[in-house]
Amino acid sequence: MSHYYFLPHQRIDDMLSALKSDGYKCVAPRYHDGSIGYDDLNKSSELPWGYHDAQAPGHYEVTKTEHKHAFGFTLPTTSVKPMLFKAKENVWKVARNDEGKLAFEPIVEFEKIAVFGVRPCDLRGIEIQDRVFMENSYNDVRYVKRRENQFLIAMNCTKSHSNCFCTALGDSPFADKGFDLAMTELNDEGFVVEVGSEKGRVLLDTLNLAAASGGQAQAALSRIEAAAEAQTKTLPPIKEVEAKLMANLEHPQWDDIASRCLSCGSCTQVCPTCFCHTERDEPNVLGTETNHTREWDSCFSIDHSYTHGDTYREDTKYRYRQWLTHKFSTWRDQFRTKGCVGCGRCVTWCPVKIDVVDEINAICK
Amino acid sequence: MLYTNDAYTPFEVEVVEFIQEHHDIFTIRLKFTDPAIDSKYFFRPGQFNMIYLYGVGEVAISIVNDRNHQPGRFEHTIQVVGRITKGMAKLKAGDKVGIRGPFGTAWPMEEAKGKDVIIVTGGLGNAPLVAATEEVLKNRKQYGKLRVLHGIRTSDLLIYEDMYTRWNNSPETKVYMATSNAEPVDNGKWTWGKGFVTNFIPELGVDYANSIVMCVGPEPMMIGVAKSFIAAGVKPENVYISLERSMKCAIGHCGHCQLGAQFVCKDGAVYPYPACEELLKVKGL
Repeated sequence: MSHYYFLPHQRIDDMLSALKSDGYKCVAPRYHDGSIGYDDLNKSSELPWGYHDAQAPGHYEVTKTEHKHAFGFTLPTTSVKPMLFKAKENVWKVARNDEGKLAFEPIVEFEKIAVFGVRPCDLRGIEIQDRVFMENSYNDVRYVKRRENQFLIAMNCTKSHSNCFCTALGDSPFADKGFDLAMTELNDEGFVVEVGSEKGRVLLDTLNLAAASGGQAQAALSRIEAAAEAQTKTLPPIKEVEAKLMANLEHPQWDDIASRCLSCGSCTQVCPTCFCHTERDEPNVLGTETNHTREWDSCFSIDHSYTHGDTYREDTKYRYRQWLTHKFSTWRDQFRTKGCVGCGRCVTWCPVKIDVVDEINAICK
Repeated sequence: MLYTNDAYTPFEVEVVEFIQEHHDIFTIRLKFTDPAIDSKYFFRPGQFNMIYLYGVGEVAISIVNDRNHQPGRFEHTIQVVGRITKGMAKLKAGDKVGIRGPFGTAWPMEEAKGKDVIIVTGGLGNAPLVAATEEVLKNRKQYGKLRVLHGIRTSDLLIYEDMYTRWNNSPETKVYMATSNAEPVDNGKWTWGKGFVTNFIPELGVDYANSIVMCVGPEPMMIGVAKSFIAAGVKPENVYISLERSMKCAIGHCGHCQLGAQFVCKDGAVYPYPACEELLKVKGL
């Protein structure tokens, strides 16, 4: 039995139908209002055919080309994170009766979602967040249920944007694990498909796909290698970065960054691994029921470190240092993994063009 | 931690008594309304609960054992410092609140056995160490001398006075109370001491080389206390402090309580001093 199959572009809809008959809602990158982001996908024609993106520090631009490929862009503006750890949701509610008795009830909402086209960096982002919400002392039941009901179709990179730096972290634009199916797009033809789980195999069996030819399989690998080689950013070995950052907490570069950083938190909002959140109550006007919400927070917000009377990280310098040292150093101590996947979104979406790779190199040189 | 299927959702408890300790400090005595939950609930001295006030939110507060040693009861002594605690100050007997917990590390009650025990607190830092003190008194023969040192800014801020008197009359136990200002309590009525807690170091009559110190107070005070007792001969690893940071979840998910690589909610709040000494020196960490 072949390890690689071939899914022609014309048969994407068969795959979507198979997923739908298994009860999955399909989600994929789609073009909308000048950007490419995840949205519901009903048919293959809704994919961003021919769209390319250009990313640079503080810059994002999408252009339409005549190419007949659906994944000619690099990566969507958002990662898979919002599907698992929602930007805002009700986590529980409590009803209060006339006697003041409180009845607490967890709110656990999930659905079967198949994500068609997950870049390898975003797959690693899921793996990192699993450590926080699913492989920790206490799990988030909502996250666990969503993960259990997720079907992941990875899309290996055939292009890198100028902010991509997964290779600088020792990773590659090649999906190595954590997927049900992994695909590599060949221009104008279709996808070379690899199976990564039993769930993936069962689905693929229903499609009766032909084995990929040796040439197709080789072409797919070459395209991924080309994407890796297109990355230009470099970092010292990650263990060295981890040690040097914590040894340089008083480095003058922190002041330099603080003179540019707006403390807006954009980087944390687009990050596939950031997990900080806050919780608050939203009571109804009758005083009979309250929703308890969980909402993304950011270590760049002034409230983040506020503990009755004291704000521990009152200056931008301390907030940026918290973000960077957490992501690139203390994450390892906490979760036995690194906290960054090199997707480059924090660089692209920084309004003042701060490039995290440059800052790390400035501190670690 | 009490846990059914979701670590985020609290359990209902009833306020069995509301005690006004001071104009902005109060204690709520609590019991779980579901006996099945109560039978599963067990905390160690030094741990904390998340207390939920209907329609407002949750706060992290250390657990005080029940003053009447009644099974199925525990207490929280709370100071009004923000929106949620302000609302909690209006609670009364019969009211319901939510509890998640217990969370965090505990005081080193095992390590303290066979040693002289020195409890040092400042302000409302005494609440997180009541359970540890009671634990020593309950198993009196397993521990050496017990010294309880408490510092308050002004004399009228003294809470738990009956408890301190009882402790002071217990075997091998002595309470030292210091205030920087005795004025607010009428002349002659203030029978406790003056000055700072560290002033008592020369007169405690303990074997510092075989003592364990447990301290809670404002961060600068804990650092000062740790340094003074280490200078007096206490081994650094036998000095324990308890840190306070913002906590929204208490289960290591929300990110607010981070101090370097530490999640204070689960790696603390009780730390051996050497484990956080360097971290506390870094401004803005």
